[in-house]
Amino acid sequence: MSTITLPPKVSGDHGGTGHLEELRRDPIALMQRVRDECGDVGEFRLADKAVVLLTDAEANEVFFRSTDEDLDQAAAYPFMKPIFGEGVVFDASPERRREMLHNQALRDRYMRGHAETIAEQVRGMVADWGDSGEIDLLDFFAELTIYTSSACLIGRKFRDQLDARFAALYHDLERGTDAYAFVDPYADIESFHKRDAARVAIVELVRDLMDQRLAGPAATDEDRDLLDVLVSIPGDDGKPRFSADEVTGMFISMMFAGHHTTSGTAAWTLIELLRHPEWMQRSLADLDTLSAAGEDVTYQALREIPNLEASLKEALRLHPPLILLLRLVRTPFDVCGVHIGEGKLVGASPAISNRIPEAFDDADTFDPGRYVAPRDDERNNPWNWIPFGAGRHRCVGAAFAQMQIKAIFAVLLRDWTFEMAQPPETYRNDHSKMVVQLEQPCRVTYRRRAS
Amino acid sequence: MGRYRVVVDRDLCQGHGVCESEAPEVFELAAKATTITVLDATPSDALRPGVEAAVKYCPTHALRIEEIDE
Repeated sequence: MSTITLPPKVSGDHGGTGHLEELRRDPIALMQRVRDECGDVGEFRLADKAVVLLTDAEANEVFFRSTDEDLDQAAAYPFMKPIFGEGVVFDASPERRREMLHNQALRDRYMRGHAETIAEQVRGMVADWGDSGEIDLLDFFAELTIYTSSACLIGRKFRDQLDARFAALYHDLERGTDAYAFVDPYADIESFHKRDAARVAIVELVRDLMDQRLAGPAATDEDRDLLDVLVSIPGDDGKPRFSADEVTGMFISMMFAGHHTTSGTAAWTLIELLRHPEWMQRSLADLDTLSAAGEDVTYQALREIPNLEASLKEALRLHPPLILLLRLVRTPFDVCGVHIGEGKLVGASPAISNRIPEAFDDADTFDPGRYVAPRDDERNNPWNWIPFGAGRHRCVGAAFAQMQIKAIFAVLLRDWTFEMAQPPETYRNDHSKMVVQLEQPCRVTYRRRAS
Repeated sequence: MGRYRVVVDRDLCQGHGVCESEAPEVFELAAKATTITVLDATPSDALRPGVEAAVKYCPTHALRIEEIDE
């Protein structure tokens, strides 16, 4: 007779909401303890939800090869619905979601145009810089990536109607991802109030823009952006089919996956390059070779910049913007000899798997050399090197994101040098929300490069 | 016909179309498709550099080349 083995439970559950407070305080320590105490499969508890954490290649492969029907992505993220709104992405069917996620704008044939757009947005951000000054990395990159993502995914015209106020509202949405949503996504806590107020303000802004677009439709096709298209679609009553609330939901969700992730990764790439001047020098040498050959930023962003790319990959491995990916179990399954029942959450953790010592030499060390031939730590660990996830749900924006970061640094590093404005070890992430952001202060100084 | 075969892991392909850009004779991404179509699974040796670039730059690592043994 065979017996069913259930997932071992991690220490630290003292009743009440279980490990929720620890997840809100120090999620990486919690998840590392799960692995240390329980191995590849271990369980913790968020209020009435059991969460089974999977780590290392064998368990991760099962997780990433699963279908939406067996492991449901939408139901696992209760903190997203109040941000996106009704009927958008995580509130839609798996089929509909596949269509929406398969954004045409992310196709390879549009990348060259996006590279030009991104370079232009970076130039706009630094246009009023003097010869030297200081910036906060979170504020700077969060604002920049609002402009790049809105310009590339929705259109230049929409982007030109946004300013830093929109970035601030969007930041409040991202801060509204407190894990307390596992208990109640509408609980009476400050970050949820700010989230809801920010969404109302963004709907108002979008409503104004829609009214303007209706009053003065675009003259030519070239002048049309996605917002013009959406307001021109009539409903059964002849009025515009989509409300301001629905359009806002679409825009927020289109920008969400690519915003805080790209912003954080750009910041961490710069921080690690400043902490490791030898890799900054090599990255600069790559870029200088290309500019000496007369190549423009667009071309540079789309081709190989080996040392900058390796540094970017290593920043992603050490500081993955998403630290816990979740699914709700619809079909029970066995993994590594352990049975996982229906209704539990299962998770995979880029923060833990990216640093597994059995897979990566000196796993905690920043070493872009691990991607330089003959080494290839990315391809050799397809189920442990997972900053973009893996398998069928692998981030569809991964190629766009990497191109974007190359374009950003091709512009920034050509004209400016940067220095840390605080001790190197004081740059760290704030893990108090499910959307990870840099902890402030995170300041650097800039100086114009002598030409 | 060359001495190699193009293989797609359908669990991984998301239809980005990088392979189409690298080797349009071999791969096609139809207008609304969410996955790639292989036009020629055993392309000529002359097309091999493009196919190798497609394998290398595939953003989801969904492609590989298999040598055909005589």
